[in-house]
Amino acid sequence: MKADGIILQRGPSHHVARVFIYACLAVMAVVYLLPLIVVVLTSLKDLDDIRNGSILSVPQRWTVEPWRQAWSEACIGLRCAGIKSFFVNSIAMIVPAVVMSTAIGALNGYALTQWKFRGADLIFAMLLFGVFIPFQIILIPMARTLGAIGIANTMVGLIAVHVVYGIPFTTLFFRNYFLSLPSDLVKAARVDGAGFYQTLWRVILPISIPCFVVSIIWQFTNIWNDFIFGTTFTSGDNVPVTVALNNVVNTTTGVKAYNVDMASVVMTALPTLAIYVFAGRYFLRGLMAGSIKG
Amino acid sequence: MITRSLVIASLMLSASMSVSIAADESVEVMHYWTSGSEAAGLNVLKQLLEKRGVTWSDSPVAGGTGMNMVQVLRARIASDTAPSAAQMHAQQVQAWGAEGVLTDLSDLAKKQGWDKIIAPELLPLISYDGKIVAVPVNVHRSNWLWYNKKVFDKVGVQPPATWEEFNQVSEKLLAAGITPLALGGQPWQEADLFENVVLGIGGADFYRKVMVEQDEASIKSETMTKVFDQLRIMNKFVDANYPGRDWNLATQMLIKGEAGMQIMGDWAKGELSLAKMEPNVDYGCSPAPGTKGDYVWLTDNFGFFTTKDANREKGQMEMASAILDKDFQQAFNIKKGSIPSRVDVSMDKFDYCGKAAYADRAEAQKTNTSLPSLAHNAASNAAKTGVFLDVVSTFFETKDMTPQQAIDQLVAGLKSAGQ
Amino acid sequence: MSTTLSEYRGVSGRHGENSAGLRLWLGQNASQLALAPSVVVVLVVVYGFMVWTGVISLTASKMLPTYQFVGFEQYERLWSNPIWHIAVSNIFIFGFLFIGFSTAFGLALAILIDQKVRAEGFLRTIYLYPMALSFIVTGTAWKWILNPGLGLERMVHMWGWESFKFDWLVNTQYAIYTLVIAGVWQSSGFVMALFLAALRGIDDDLIKAARLDGAGTVQIYRRIIIPQMGPTFMTVGVILMQQAVKSFDLVVALTSGGPGNSTNLPATFMYTQTFGRDQMAVGAASAIMIFMTVTAIIVPYLYVDIRNNRNEG
Repeated sequence: MKADGIILQRGPSHHVARVFIYACLAVMAVVYLLPLIVVVLTSLKDLDDIRNGSILSVPQRWTVEPWRQAWSEACIGLRCAGIKSFFVNSIAMIVPAVVMSTAIGALNGYALTQWKFRGADLIFAMLLFGVFIPFQIILIPMARTLGAIGIANTMVGLIAVHVVYGIPFTTLFFRNYFLSLPSDLVKAARVDGAGFYQTLWRVILPISIPCFVVSIIWQFTNIWNDFIFGTTFTSGDNVPVTVALNNVVNTTTGVKAYNVDMASVVMTALPTLAIYVFAGRYFLRGLMAGSIKG
Repeated sequence: MITRSLVIASLMLSASMSVSIAADESVEVMHYWTSGSEAAGLNVLKQLLEKRGVTWSDSPVAGGTGMNMVQVLRARIASDTAPSAAQMHAQQVQAWGAEGVLTDLSDLAKKQGWDKIIAPELLPLISYDGKIVAVPVNVHRSNWLWYNKKVFDKVGVQPPATWEEFNQVSEKLLAAGITPLALGGQPWQEADLFENVVLGIGGADFYRKVMVEQDEASIKSETMTKVFDQLRIMNKFVDANYPGRDWNLATQMLIKGEAGMQIMGDWAKGELSLAKMEPNVDYGCSPAPGTKGDYVWLTDNFGFFTTKDANREKGQMEMASAILDKDFQQAFNIKKGSIPSRVDVSMDKFDYCGKAAYADRAEAQKTNTSLPSLAHNAASNAAKTGVFLDVVSTFFETKDMTPQQAIDQLVAGLKSAGQ
Repeated sequence: MSTTLSEYRGVSGRHGENSAGLRLWLGQNASQLALAPSVVVVLVVVYGFMVWTGVISLTASKMLPTYQFVGFEQYERLWSNPIWHIAVSNIFIFGFLFIGFSTAFGLALAILIDQKVRAEGFLRTIYLYPMALSFIVTGTAWKWILNPGLGLERMVHMWGWESFKFDWLVNTQYAIYTLVIAGVWQSSGFVMALFLAALRGIDDDLIKAARLDGAGTVQIYRRIIIPQMGPTFMTVGVILMQQAVKSFDLVVALTSGGPGNSTNLPATFMYTQTFGRDQMAVGAASAIMIFMTVTAIIVPYLYVDIRNNRNEG
């Protein structure tokens, strides 16, 4: 084990180095937190306070009114019932989308590494290319396709889009994770007569939890934060919460209530923030276990 | 197989959440009026329709000065699930008309005599191929100069009537430590400024030649050089932090007295009245320099997408006729800060600047100086308008660019856009 | 998923009774069959749509797709547009700096955090949280912070340092760098996590041995630790590159392409042409240019990556 990290062992300059390390980390922490602090402070001020104060000034009159308004009163178009009902949409969308894209990624990664066949690398390369597609490009052909299948402008269509564009990412994660596993495991199972799916189920999946964590967190973050698919492929009362948020904060010729905007912003971000705060350590463990190693 | 059964399972799970299209008379309305005053205005329409038995299904798409909505609308049309109605600017009506996807409203228009009640300059733009295909909700004016009266009194200046006077007034304000012009450096705001300078310096005919016809000789003319010279002069009348600023933050500068003037459409009244500023008391409205007697207009219209569903079409017709309802026109436009698209609505309840706009429009209609706004998609198609936006914004922000370079870029860009 | 599996067993069992040959074939090709749905879907939604985009770029499409072919005219129009030139040079500046700084900051943070610091979990969460937020959420805050009249510059002035200047956001020359700042802020925490994971995976014996040989700290990192993290650098490179190519929300939230069109990127250019300017074909032509650039960069990477893995296996 490293006694005290690698930079320095005991010695006269030891303390100087420690102070330096902590100073660097602390300064960076403040810089990283700055935008969040601005958002949260603004959400707790009234509008006069925002107009007269600076962005980092502490509220003169603390108020949670903007939060109440954002939750249950803010207008999204003509419906002034806040963003609360749109959370349900996002959750209904994200659960199947994350589960399916992760499951497919696990299956693909397994097939590409543990039951390798000629051309598997080529297929991986072909799938991986999908991560580079800017989504703005494929909106119109995707709309056509969804229309042809008959799931345009529905939640099912939106879930399908998230799943298919998640496959390249999840396949990448699982493929790299499974590459780092010893190949003896699968060989042994095959000798015992286990088939493709039996081996996956009994041997591989139980030791793949770290990679599932990484894949789920990644997919959850990306899908929850998605705006462009949500706004294009659903409408009205069906839209995910980011689309509702955009309708709250974005206006062309209207008056802006920054505090309500910011309160909506924090609320929308809470689920992903919570995931990083509470599952962050598992995320790191998953990464350490090799799911994103090259 | 895991895949397949998961797909099926979640399809079944989500099927219950998918949209169902109501069979009764209903309209799905796509728009980007999501903020307070605008949404309040539209709510009047919704209630009116509900009274007439038409259900309103709301599809707001905010952002990108309407570009987000255009994108979503295209996807909806590509997937054959077009909404019943969508908000569109005048030139967008023409573009959708050309795609042949708009419902023909001609019968309704004839029955209700639209040609007599709608402002005549709007009629050509809501018609395509001899058919009426859209209905205008409101008329905004973009050649307004807003000024803070207290600041003007303190410095001892009058609202400028020409661009030359504007420069003199600005110098005085500058000397008094006040930012003369509150501006947000976004392409559409700079284009707003540009069109006012074109009109103020070149006059109505020149404006038409440049903005509507893109006449090359006019664009290459001496007058155009003067226009760009004036824009360059105005670089020093704005504060240092204007790039990217939203228009409402610029209005805030006017309200606080940090800035003396703003050139902006009449939606600025919403921001001013929220700050408890009274028209003609705390702030003044006058036509932009050199544009007295002219009226630069932009409209929001609703176009309706063709449908085979008879109930949906009935809903569309109800909505079209409700939009021209006198009471709605009055209630909506007071809230929105605009004036009615009809020419026969009582203006008693409107504020000072609203009444002035209405009177000025009537005057301008007589002298044929009611002109479509370029910056707000009334004068020219999107490709050509885009060239103006690009060049004007680049010119305004690039201090070493000459008027000649700007004119060359305009000519080249317009040629390419015209292909 | 347990039902799924038993379902699978049921299916294969029935086949076994009816046709042993089919069952054998299914067993031998299970891997290919499992991949087949994904391959088909990706063929359509990635490659099919790319081809479709290529076709559109050769047509006169304006608002909606039309199939009136005009040859390479749209490419000529694309390359005659000064804003496209700005967007192209911006993506190289932005991509280079964004990938470079995100990697550097991520690595530095990972090394510092790996020194057995207290509150490691807390600090890690702070560096990682920006990853959880989209720019729809943080855009306004960033705009305020970077705006000289509202944010950082004004604050420093209020603290008494009057001559402090930080006006990149409103400066055509420097605005592109504010995109880099916000981009690095969002991504470097994730990069840190990747590097931290790699650092923790390095064999301590090697370090101890080097230490005994008298190697200094910097040398240990340069000679022993960092060279071992080659694969991680590759992964970081791919992840950051796809983010750079897709950068869109960032621009929309911070600058909307301004001031004076100086911060357009290819993705925003494409979007504006297609949906704001009714020039769908020009937008498609720019999309094809993006694809070609990505292909030119990613294919050699994939080649190296796959060859290395083959050697290991």
